[in-house]
Amino acid sequence: MTITFPHMGWLYIPVKALFDDLNVPIVVPPPINNKTLEIGTLLAPEMACLPMKINLGNYVQSIENGADTIVLTGSCGPCRFGYYGVVEQEILRDQGYDVDIIILDAPGRDPREFVNRISRITGRSPLFKGLKAFFQASKIIEEMDKLQQVFLRKRPRELAKGETDRIQTRFEKEVMKCKGSREILALIEKYRHKAETIQERPDTTPLRIGLVGEIYTLIEPYVNLNVEKKLGSLGVEVHRGITIRDWVKTHLSLDLKYKKERKEKLDKGAGYLNLCIGGHAWETIASAVHYADMGLDGVIQILPFGCMPEIVAESIIPTISKDLDIPAMTLTVDELTGEAGYQTRLEAFVDLLSRRKEIIYEQA
Amino acid sequence: MSKLELYLGLDVGSVSINLVLLNKDYRVLEKLYLRTQGKPIEVLKEGLEKLYESMPAGSNVSGAGVTGSGRELAAAMVNADVVKNEITAHGMAVLQYIPNAQTILEIGGQDSKIILLRNGVVADFAMNTVCAAGTGSFLDRQAARLNIPIQEFGSLALKSKSPTRIAGRCAVFAESDMIHKQQMGCRREDIIKGLCEALVRNYLNNVGKGKEILPQIVFQGGVAANEGIKKSFEEALGHPVIVPEHYDVMGALGAAILAHREMMRGEATKFCGFHSIKGSFATNTFSCSGCPNLCEIVEFYLDGKVKARWGDRCGNWSRKESV
Repeated sequence: MTITFPHMGWLYIPVKALFDDLNVPIVVPPPINNKTLEIGTLLAPEMACLPMKINLGNYVQSIENGADTIVLTGSCGPCRFGYYGVVEQEILRDQGYDVDIIILDAPGRDPREFVNRISRITGRSPLFKGLKAFFQASKIIEEMDKLQQVFLRKRPRELAKGETDRIQTRFEKEVMKCKGSREILALIEKYRHKAETIQERPDTTPLRIGLVGEIYTLIEPYVNLNVEKKLGSLGVEVHRGITIRDWVKTHLSLDLKYKKERKEKLDKGAGYLNLCIGGHAWETIASAVHYADMGLDGVIQILPFGCMPEIVAESIIPTISKDLDIPAMTLTVDELTGEAGYQTRLEAFVDLLSRRKEIIYEQA
Repeated sequence: MSKLELYLGLDVGSVSINLVLLNKDYRVLEKLYLRTQGKPIEVLKEGLEKLYESMPAGSNVSGAGVTGSGRELAAAMVNADVVKNEITAHGMAVLQYIPNAQTILEIGGQDSKIILLRNGVVADFAMNTVCAAGTGSFLDRQAARLNIPIQEFGSLALKSKSPTRIAGRCAVFAESDMIHKQQMGCRREDIIKGLCEALVRNYLNNVGKGKEILPQIVFQGGVAANEGIKKSFEEALGHPVIVPEHYDVMGALGAAILAHREMMRGEATKFCGFHSIKGSFATNTFSCSGCPNLCEIVEFYLDGKVKARWGDRCGNWSRKESV
């Protein structure tokens, strides 16, 4: 059995560590590129959203590299993504790929089936070893989240332009050569130190923008056209509440303190939306309000073309923007997104915010 | 006699390349509107040559700004002092010439945008996303198909007494619908007026969706030359629409103004456009195989030497020292 899984930002780092620790052979899909998207666009229904197209491309590229079992999460349909596991299975079968698919749904509904599926992955590892591997993986998620925060903070402040990007690229290259959670944790530690010591320009107060929107689009840089790097190099400090850590904490952990905080954050959006309408629309709305409260300079919503929950959120955001006096912009991405127009919008939005800030400053 | 300081603005767009020369008081001394014709480098070179010849004696360029979708290319060719996106440039120009404007409707070759100005700054904006229906290149195509010079397209629309309804949601379907109406025997001016209305409807429903359109309303970009569209905008919005004198080069004007502001900080201009047009430009593209991103890198040569590179995600190529 050689396992593979779909990409989503740095998700491959803890997943690789987990399977390394369990001694299960694994193929990390090649980093997403245009080829991945081409394969996915060919296989997926045309109207399916971008995440599904990328997923399928990941699977096929991993199968070419020797994978025979795909592990993915189902999450029982908060939006159509919930059904993608099953649909993707059918598509691969139609194409004649002989692979096993193990769908991990949240354990809530049928704990026994969940344990069953987990043990199909962990094989004959003793329970103790399995638990330890999961523990280590969740530690990696915590640590890499911190590393990411350092990158986000440093990028707009760096003295030598592009240094943060360079260090991040090197980290991403080296992490693939690591084996097991211990090596990976050590590497993250090493790079966090490197990132912390990036020299900053004196007296910079960068603009601050909060990113909200659909989870996959926010987390996967290929899909959002590297929005964090682009904004960072325009001198913007990026805030993003939806991370892999956040997703794991919400769906897989029992951390009650985190759940309480999350609930409080969601309640902030109550004036506009106070229930889950699918996907991450509620989070999008609540985070927009939250970022306005935090005094950020602007909010950018990103969604894959055709994402229903986010379209609902999109229509609410202008009201929030007006009520709370915070500029907002929505960007829609799909396989036809032109990078030039995207860059133009980001630059124009940043210009708008900085001019606005100047005027507020002059008036004060 | 002190030298006359001039500021150059370039807007390298999909359909047209615009050049303007301003003096310090933002008066337009010279403007050129040239068709890009798919060869921006040659046309820009030609434009700079013409501009150079028309410059008054004793004057020189003290700052240069570029904008438009070809801004990187243009910046590399002339060593621009300011490289700005089109939205900021258009906003800048309108704020300068029509200070009480609150809304800018801009329709160019392939872009259409709306920019909202409040209290002297850009407050919000939007651009067309998935479809280019209603932009200049579509109108060009329809004019060519009907064998009407594009300059007469708008005035013909004004002659219509009972406009036909055209489905303007999508360029391809709009064309089918126009052909359908023409085969039904509708008059040509009614079809054209119908098209203008459809494009305005499409613009307001897509680009202008949810935006508060307040007067003064300024309409600019190449399509603003079309009186039919201007009229349809006025009918749809219930307000007069102003088409500024230099409606076709507002982006370039904005770029020149931004260049002037930048130069006021006291640095000398890097502009070398009039010198470099004497050299020969060339470009080369290749696919980088350094990582799985497989970025397409463009190399820009001046007299056989690499002057700039772009297109890479990692920045390793664009950062490389150019000769």
